[in-house]
Amino acid sequence: MSKTLRSNIITVGLVFIAYIGAQILIATGSISSLMKGLLVPLCVYAILAVSLNLTVGILGELSLGHAGFMCIGAFSSAFFSKCMKMFVPDMPGALRFFLALVIGAALAGLFGILIGIPVLRLKGDYLAIVTLAFGEIIKNIINILYLGIDEEGVHFSLKSSLDLNMADSEKIIINGAMGITGTPNDSNFTIGVVLLILTLIIVLNLIHSRDGRAIMSIRDNTIAAESVGIPVTRYKLMAFSISAALAGVAGVLYAHNLSTLTALPKNFGYNMSIMILVFVVLGGMGNIRGSMIAAVILTLLPELLRGVVSDYRMLIYAIILIVMMLFNWAPKCIEWRKKATASVKARLQKKSAAKEVE
Amino acid sequence: MSFITYLINGISLGSVYALIALGYTMVYGIAKMLNFAHGDVIMVGGFTCYTICSTIGLPPLLGVLVSVIVCTVLGIVIEKIAYKPLRRASSPLAVLITAIGVSYLLQNVALLIFGANAKSFTSVVNLQAVTLADGQIVISGETIVTIVSCVIIMVLLMLFINKTKVGQAMLAVSEDKGAAQLMGINVNGTISLTFAIGSALAAIAGVLLCSAYPSLTPYTGSMPGIKAFVAAVFGGIGSIPGAFIGGILLGVIQIFSQAYISSQMADAIVFAVLIIVLLVKPTGLLGKNIQEKV
Repeated sequence: MSKTLRSNIITVGLVFIAYIGAQILIATGSISSLMKGLLVPLCVYAILAVSLNLTVGILGELSLGHAGFMCIGAFSSAFFSKCMKMFVPDMPGALRFFLALVIGAALAGLFGILIGIPVLRLKGDYLAIVTLAFGEIIKNIINILYLGIDEEGVHFSLKSSLDLNMADSEKIIINGAMGITGTPNDSNFTIGVVLLILTLIIVLNLIHSRDGRAIMSIRDNTIAAESVGIPVTRYKLMAFSISAALAGVAGVLYAHNLSTLTALPKNFGYNMSIMILVFVVLGGMGNIRGSMIAAVILTLLPELLRGVVSDYRMLIYAIILIVMMLFNWAPKCIEWRKKATASVKARLQKKSAAKEVE
Repeated sequence: MSFITYLINGISLGSVYALIALGYTMVYGIAKMLNFAHGDVIMVGGFTCYTICSTIGLPPLLGVLVSVIVCTVLGIVIEKIAYKPLRRASSPLAVLITAIGVSYLLQNVALLIFGANAKSFTSVVNLQAVTLADGQIVISGETIVTIVSCVIIMVLLMLFINKTKVGQAMLAVSEDKGAAQLMGINVNGTISLTFAIGSALAAIAGVLLCSAYPSLTPYTGSMPGIKAFVAAVFGGIGSIPGAFIGGILLGVIQIFSQAYISSQMADAIVFAVLIIVLLVKPTGLLGKNIQEKV
């Protein structure tokens, strides 16, 4: 068994073990309803972290608009599902969710390509700010989008629900800042875990393929990659759009877990994009397993702290974030950690040597 | 006539953006980092002034002075504790995430002290509104003070950077840290000074912003912070006149799109203009074009 295969099996196995563990906890009833409600969001955040790691860790471009792609996936799929629920009520839920998933992922991926073409010409921090801008624009437009369907056809407005001129306000599907209400609850924890494993398989396979190595060569040295004949733009777009499509998948999962979907700064704004970036950087850029674990820990942390120190939980979260970053990345801390592990190792060796002498 | 009123309001809002953007751009120029906590320093400035003037009841000018001092010290402390250890980190993203952590920290400390409810900020300006053209144009005292103080600060800052030794040292450090150190410049001190100036400007911006839009919450700073960041990139990040021009333009664009297009779309339009500018001129309006060497 090759090293990469073993590592991949460990990563997927971890998800599987966590899933079984959670199922046992649910079955024995030793999990609070609050935690139960967090299970699907955990999968959403893990998928987002893994997909953003493809852009930030593997392609090496800083994106601050990842929540925008999630937003597109969420709204397009919720729109589709609600239409299906209204007009084709006997469609089975599984088929509806599958189609919604395909639509959400495809549309987010398409936007990834459309946005990627101009954006990927820019470099570094400029690329970051433009992705941030795109994310905010997507959120802003969805907040003023009004769309309804009735017998007369499709009504569309960018102003208010009254401008739709619809007799029956029940048939408004996207209601501006009020979002989409009544999306069928088609997703659950098991589907979330399956999607997470699928995401992991796609991303891990991509990384260890010829294409993945080409993408990483662009990250390490763009000019050198170009000079050995790697089509830089094509591979950049490929990584960026796959990452966007997977964020769309997370959005679909997110949308079908809630009955009301609104585009708030909290869930689709730049705050969300930054939170996903925190998962990626804290878990290790380019380290898929790490970003997944960081997403789970950082999502659970505020909830776990809620029981201990309810008022100070976000404060403690912030302090832990800063301390963890310093501990992980400061050159002095890295040196100190190396020294510490070396001294522990030396001590262990001494002990085993002493034992052998005995 | 309403056009002129909108223009003046836009310039006023833009002046606040420019002050914040100056802090962003100076810190970026010298430390090559995006200081995401900068927006929250504005909020700290606002709350300090609020505490001094409204809670304790001291004169407004003292409030401004104290909030400048508090923010300056805060800026230096943040730099020393959170950013300095990461200056030589292997990835520039590390310090970015730490800055986000600092931003969360400041917001949550403010949340614990002042609560989530919006405080109404008493304006520090007691200047009569000026009426022009037979009452068709009314310019509020806050607007005048904001524009005038922004221009004064801008001129002083340019003089400081171009005419004094310390200012020249800042330019040298932003150009090449190693070479600057060999020339006997105290690099750490210069970086601290940059953070101090940036935070002091943020404090002034915070007080002016809260005087014009008198609602103060722990999240007050975050949207103006992002807008100012956009302004800094718009003008070419690292360039001081660029931050000024970018800030003013952004403020004017925002007020105009609120007035003439749609108030809900204003943010989207601001960001769309940024994207167009960056696509045409990838390093911003006044940014330097750096060629990558092989």
